[in-house]
Amino acid sequence: MEFFTISLLNGLSYGLMLFMLSSGLTLIFSMMGVLNFAHASFYMLGAYFAFALSQSVGYWPALLIAPLAVGLVGAAFEQLCLRRVHKWGHVPELLITFGLSYLVLEVVQLIWGRNVVPYGLPDQLQGPLFTLYGTQFPKSRAFVMLVAVLMLGAIWLVLQRTRIGLVIQAALTHPDTVQALGHNVPRVFMLVFGGGAALAALAGVVAGNTYVTEPAMAYAVGSIIFVVVVVGGMGSLAGAFLASILIGVVQTFAVAIDVSLADLLGAAGLKVASGNPMEQALRLTVAQVAPMLPYLFMVLILIFRPRGLMGTRED
Amino acid sequence: MSASTMTTARGRWLAWGGLAAVLIAAPWIFRSSLALNMLSQMGYLIIICLSYNLLLGQGGMLSFGHAVFTGLGGYAAVAAIGYVDGHGVAFPLVLMPLVGGLMGALVSVPLGYVSTRKAGTTFAMISLGIGELVVAFAIMLPDLFGGDGGISINRTYGKPWGGITFGPQIQLYYLIAAYCFICTALMYAFTATPLGRMLNAVRDNPERAQFVGYNTQLVRWYSFIIAGFFAGVGGALGTINFEIFNAADSLSGMRSGAYLLFTFLGGVTFFFGPMIGAVLMVLCTVLLSEITAAWLLYLGLVFVLMIMYAPGGVASLIMMNVRMARAGKLGRFAGLYGALVLACALLMLGASALIEMIYHMQLNAAIGSEVKYLGMRLDAATVAPWLGAVAVALIGALAVHQVGRRFAHAWGKAQEEIEAGLQHGGQTA
Amino acid sequence: MTCALELKNLCKSFGKTEIIRGANLAVRAGERVAIIGPNGAGKSTLFNLISGRLAPTSGEVLLNGTRIDGKKPFEINRLGLSRSFQITNIFPRLSVFENLRCAVLWSLGYRYTFLRFLSSLHDANARADQLVAQVGLAAKRDVQAVNLTYAEQRALEIGITIAGGAQVILLDEPTAGMSTTETARFIALIREVTEGKTLLTVEHDMGVVFGLADRIAVVVYGEVIAFDTPEAIRANARVQEAYLGSSVAEAQEGAH
Repeated sequence: MEFFTISLLNGLSYGLMLFMLSSGLTLIFSMMGVLNFAHASFYMLGAYFAFALSQSVGYWPALLIAPLAVGLVGAAFEQLCLRRVHKWGHVPELLITFGLSYLVLEVVQLIWGRNVVPYGLPDQLQGPLFTLYGTQFPKSRAFVMLVAVLMLGAIWLVLQRTRIGLVIQAALTHPDTVQALGHNVPRVFMLVFGGGAALAALAGVVAGNTYVTEPAMAYAVGSIIFVVVVVGGMGSLAGAFLASILIGVVQTFAVAIDVSLADLLGAAGLKVASGNPMEQALRLTVAQVAPMLPYLFMVLILIFRPRGLMGTRED
Repeated sequence: MSASTMTTARGRWLAWGGLAAVLIAAPWIFRSSLALNMLSQMGYLIIICLSYNLLLGQGGMLSFGHAVFTGLGGYAAVAAIGYVDGHGVAFPLVLMPLVGGLMGALVSVPLGYVSTRKAGTTFAMISLGIGELVVAFAIMLPDLFGGDGGISINRTYGKPWGGITFGPQIQLYYLIAAYCFICTALMYAFTATPLGRMLNAVRDNPERAQFVGYNTQLVRWYSFIIAGFFAGVGGALGTINFEIFNAADSLSGMRSGAYLLFTFLGGVTFFFGPMIGAVLMVLCTVLLSEITAAWLLYLGLVFVLMIMYAPGGVASLIMMNVRMARAGKLGRFAGLYGALVLACALLMLGASALIEMIYHMQLNAAIGSEVKYLGMRLDAATVAPWLGAVAVALIGALAVHQVGRRFAHAWGKAQEEIEAGLQHGGQTA
Repeated sequence: MTCALELKNLCKSFGKTEIIRGANLAVRAGERVAIIGPNGAGKSTLFNLISGRLAPTSGEVLLNGTRIDGKKPFEINRLGLSRSFQITNIFPRLSVFENLRCAVLWSLGYRYTFLRFLSSLHDANARADQLVAQVGLAAKRDVQAVNLTYAEQRALEIGITIAGGAQVILLDEPTAGMSTTETARFIALIREVTEGKTLLTVEHDMGVVFGLADRIAVVVYGEVIAFDTPEAIRANARVQEAYLGSSVAEAQEGAH
């Protein structure tokens, strides 16, 4: 029971973190048709900016300033580079965000080195929030969940209840009409891209010291959020939420399960002969297979339900 | 896909004869063993990049997982050599790349089926996910895929083939060169077949392709399998060249990214673009990486600038000039080109000085603050070199901006003249 | 007599919005039918339903007696139905000749082969050249389609549509955006290339409609409210009301 609850909570917090990232990605994709390959790079920048800022002005101001700074970077990139290639279609757009991710990685490594940086938790977030059955649930993880939920609420509020949100929703499917109505669609694009970058950075700020901050963090989480978006259905925020939680929870559970197919067969009375070519595959525990699970999910979804869990947009 | 350079039979003979001549003569012109190594790498990378462009340039399918097919092709070759060597079967090395190709094609069948149901951005993401899946899978089974140490082979296994052992690099080079020529010819031939042309049509307008009777998914899937075959051949040659297969490296996303980057740099809109890309890839990874620690940064910058200002890559830049020369108008740009080159040189000088100094401070600060830059010694601890570099870079940037604008204007005018001439003539280049 | 194309109680809803509410139509083989109706009546949606771009919510579409509703576009095309689009839908980076050659490949049985060179497919090349001449683009044979003028692209679109030899042709606003002279030329072209075939065309230009069509179908609010000869349609009160509103009725009232 305790394993279940703790794993569930950990899985939820990881899943919510994934959602923070994939929500921005989905918004940018729905809005502009651009798949932002550099989204995870903004996440990484957020963590590093917060690390640098927390050393000078402290963590809590960094929580606000770092996402804003990265948002500015994103907006500048949209203005200077993305806009230029927009007219050539989606492939060049994807390529330029890919190039950006390359550059960000290099610059980050240049400034902060290739190793893990000691981006630590502030005093208020250290220690356990509560202790359940002898296992601690850290305050930092709960904080990640809190920030994620607040972010989700804020996005929903902005989109549904404000004027700019209405414009964004309209421009989501009919950008030309919205522009014809006099709205500055390019500016809205810049806002959405910058906003998406800021959201990713916020995720980085809170996740960077809860997990680890190093140059490989972008690549590690980058491919998973693409899986989330494909599994959830391109262009669906609800789908991204569902997929994030699903993948987060499943992967957290899987990492803790030390059972392999061989064990299951053994329980049924069948022993796996040593030396047979399938032996190693059968002896793989679920924990060892865990890194592969999100991608397996994606392939299964593509075979059985190609539009994703809640996909609406026909690509 | 423009083939205007090769529409005449004479042009065709020249091009293919030229390629054969270059492949044969290259080791005699560049004689060092380093050069031979680089030429060998270029040989199979040409096959790989061309196979990649079959997907991207010809089919509009942007793949982030091409290393799966090259890597598994390499794996098949290594496994086959291990088996053949261990069991004393007579299967010559010259046929091993075909084993790799078969593996690539085989794996493309299921993976392609799943990927090609969607196009565009979804396809790209699926390819990324599948790439990660395969890498994770391979790492999980070290018994099968060799683990951290990889699987080594000896390419001189078995009896010599007609007196050739393939031990010396020069012998392997000619094997690679032969495959390079044949595969290039085959892939070029593909572009002139119904499937090849329909692939272009599906790229341009998948809906219209449906409405002329074609199942677009099948067109993409079949082409995917063909690309997978050639990728496997290239990958097999690569592993044979280095005599080792390492799952984490050969199948990695980084490698896929490199194929993408350099194929794009070479140019995706012309058939020969990826060949240039392959050459650039070897030059950068072998030579540039030795010259400067900042080579990845330079690469990234060039890539982004290419997308923004020359999305057709180096090949398109070459062809634009060829077209201008054919119309007899290239001469007038001599002065502007000179000025542009100068301006770019200034900008690059200043910018790279800055980058080199930053890199030095970050990576080699322990050695001291002196940076060796183009024969000069810059003391990065003092302010002077920084100011100088910034100044040069700024002047260069301004110059590029000004000259570039004038250049673009003149170029545009020349283009208009060509168009007008064509309208009158009723023909087109 | 079997109809070339038949719609039976065709319905299409997008979510809760009903766009097509039970359309019925029976087009005889070799007939030329013009589909007219106010904007938003669902004419393009009907075309999309017939050609397989959309699947109907309910109802049937029959091509020469066989049901084609729910089939994929390429399946329907292979059964002998071809369409053009309101917004030009060609292969922009291929030349005029290549565009037309791609359009004939399937109908000549070349499928997915990669073992033959295009240059050796003499029948495909001959047919493509014939089509190039027929649509009047011989002078621009090797020009990339994206570089053609608007009218030329529309002509190419027609060429692609008829290339495969389909017997039922759907043209969605073929003369949209053309000048009067271009339109006249175009209508002559359409008449020539659809000789002996069944033609359905959506049109707004009444001159074209009344000159080209054997029968006219009037679509209002997702239903076919009338399907008759041009003269009968002109005199049809329901049609007049749909187009002119109830002002006719008012005028008649006022006259008393």
